[in-house]
Amino acid sequence: MQNPYEPQMTVIEKTITENQAGDIRTFQFRFREQAARDAFQFVCGQFAELSLWGVGECPIGIASSPMDQDFVQFTVKRMGVVTTALHRLREGNAVGIRGPYGNGYPMDRLAGSNIVIVAGGFAFTTLRSLTNYVLHPDNRARFGKVTIIYGARSPGELIYKYDLERWATRDDLDLHVTVDAGDDSWTGLVGYVPSVLKDVAPSADNALALVCGPPIMIRFSIPVLLELGFTPECIINSLEMRMKCGMGKCGRCNIGGKYVCKDGPVFTYAELQALPAEY
Amino acid sequence: MDAKVITKEKLVELLDQFIRDYEVLAPVRQGDAVVFGQIQRGSDAALDVKRTTMSPKGAFFPQEEVLFIFDGVEAQVPTESGARVLFGVRPCDGRSLTVLDKVFDTAEYPTVYYGNQRERTFVVGVGCNQPPDTCFCTALGGEPFGKAGLDVLLSDLGDRYLVEALTEKGERLLEDSALLQDASEEDIKEGKILAREAREKLNVDLHIEELKAKLGGMFEDPIWAEISMSCLGCGACTYVCPTCHCFDIVDELVEVGGNSGRRVRVWDSCQYPLFTHHASGHNPRPSHRERMRQRIMHKFSYYVNNFGVIACVGCARCLTGCPVNLDIREVLLTLAER
Repeated sequence: MQNPYEPQMTVIEKTITENQAGDIRTFQFRFREQAARDAFQFVCGQFAELSLWGVGECPIGIASSPMDQDFVQFTVKRMGVVTTALHRLREGNAVGIRGPYGNGYPMDRLAGSNIVIVAGGFAFTTLRSLTNYVLHPDNRARFGKVTIIYGARSPGELIYKYDLERWATRDDLDLHVTVDAGDDSWTGLVGYVPSVLKDVAPSADNALALVCGPPIMIRFSIPVLLELGFTPECIINSLEMRMKCGMGKCGRCNIGGKYVCKDGPVFTYAELQALPAEY
Repeated sequence: MDAKVITKEKLVELLDQFIRDYEVLAPVRQGDAVVFGQIQRGSDAALDVKRTTMSPKGAFFPQEEVLFIFDGVEAQVPTESGARVLFGVRPCDGRSLTVLDKVFDTAEYPTVYYGNQRERTFVVGVGCNQPPDTCFCTALGGEPFGKAGLDVLLSDLGDRYLVEALTEKGERLLEDSALLQDASEEDIKEGKILAREAREKLNVDLHIEELKAKLGGMFEDPIWAEISMSCLGCGACTYVCPTCHCFDIVDELVEVGGNSGRRVRVWDSCQYPLFTHHASGHNPRPSHRERMRQRIMHKFSYYVNNFGVIACVGCARCLTGCPVNLDIREVLLTLAER
């Protein structure tokens, strides 16, 4: 019987420091066994437990696209014991991965729809996975118009700058990058994500809005989306919770009867409205 | 297999027989507490104890369970094998195993650890002739001589036990024993009378159906602040509970700075503030109010919606083990009467 707690061993192939503060890094892992990579089939929006023997495990959203079959990427902010230990590792070090877990974004609903991505700060990771998936030449035709509104506190805190630059040159993507406060060299938008969203005013027609970011950004973005005509069923959130097992057993990540690790982390705003406000 | 009887002296011999073939766990005294522990002699089993301090859930879901033993990046799964007998389980605790199965024995994520322990264990229960007056299994659909989760049920008929194999596994455990004699019709009838009398003694009604129907809508009720006011947040209720199953996973090193050690799954409690504390500092359940609500809601609403059963078997350990005498029966009645 497959042991669901057993991590598969990977090797760090590459690390990228994503922000000026240096506390957000992207790790690119290659599975030691090809069979383990083949078994690790995920959809955008799922997460996995990163495991360091002797330190522990932590749940992190998958940042690479499912189209990248050779590796998987996770963007990790240095916060606690495991993430701090992870940040000390270098290329060639071993890290365990178990998963994928969670429901992921509703890819069936997204196919044929216009997609509006509203993201703030470090919470961009699984939406970056989704964006790269949608933009892949094999997939692009299956999705409608893509609008991205992405913001961070300052220019130095924007992550995936290399992707943002690449996306900015495409004509099949409407990209709006904003910062709360600019600096001398910043020539882009300045303003909070909800107000930029209001200015951009993406059409709700045949569209789904995916919202990930700090709670304050989500709280102010949802009324804007509702005003633009997005129904609660068409506003999609991805939640975070403290987790241990990732399988709905350890008992700590529930909101009402739903486990964020198993029934989520992706919920429509309509689903969240039906749950107690305990998150 | 037809019902059997065994005299009380012979029962000790039967246990000795089991001990020759299996690892045998039974209620044993440990200081002031009574816990399920391995016995070396049949006479060591404290079968007169009406309610063990700790439930037998630890036999399947140990308080500390080594998931992996690692050395560098290589890890091994410790396996425990060989059949064992868990003897002297009260029917409420037997029933609690069927509740735990819903979480740990799923097709989606089969837990090798719990599943292995369940598979290799014969569960032998003893009915409750004189249930303590704090007990309330009958209010939750249980019975002092209930059979759920048990492979064998013993009923105390005074100088002898009525022995009923309830599962194919139970029949296997008993099939070779020459110590058992066929039960007479009188024995079987006596057993039935005992069960009925015990059930009638526990005439507790906690209005559970009303509670189930309304609890889902009571999340924002101000009563939670009141109910939780005396709670110290010690978590004892969750440790003694036979159905509480929340856990943490921690890594332990043999020595500081070393790279060999073990990954251990340990019991955790929804009554602790760190249980849900995010890395960001945010805590969705910051006070006793939310944590008490979680415990009650989980057992009597969320569990019912997810699995179709209440995650409480009425063993009353949470109220007898509470340092401030918080009585779950009163809590349930207060909620049902809102």
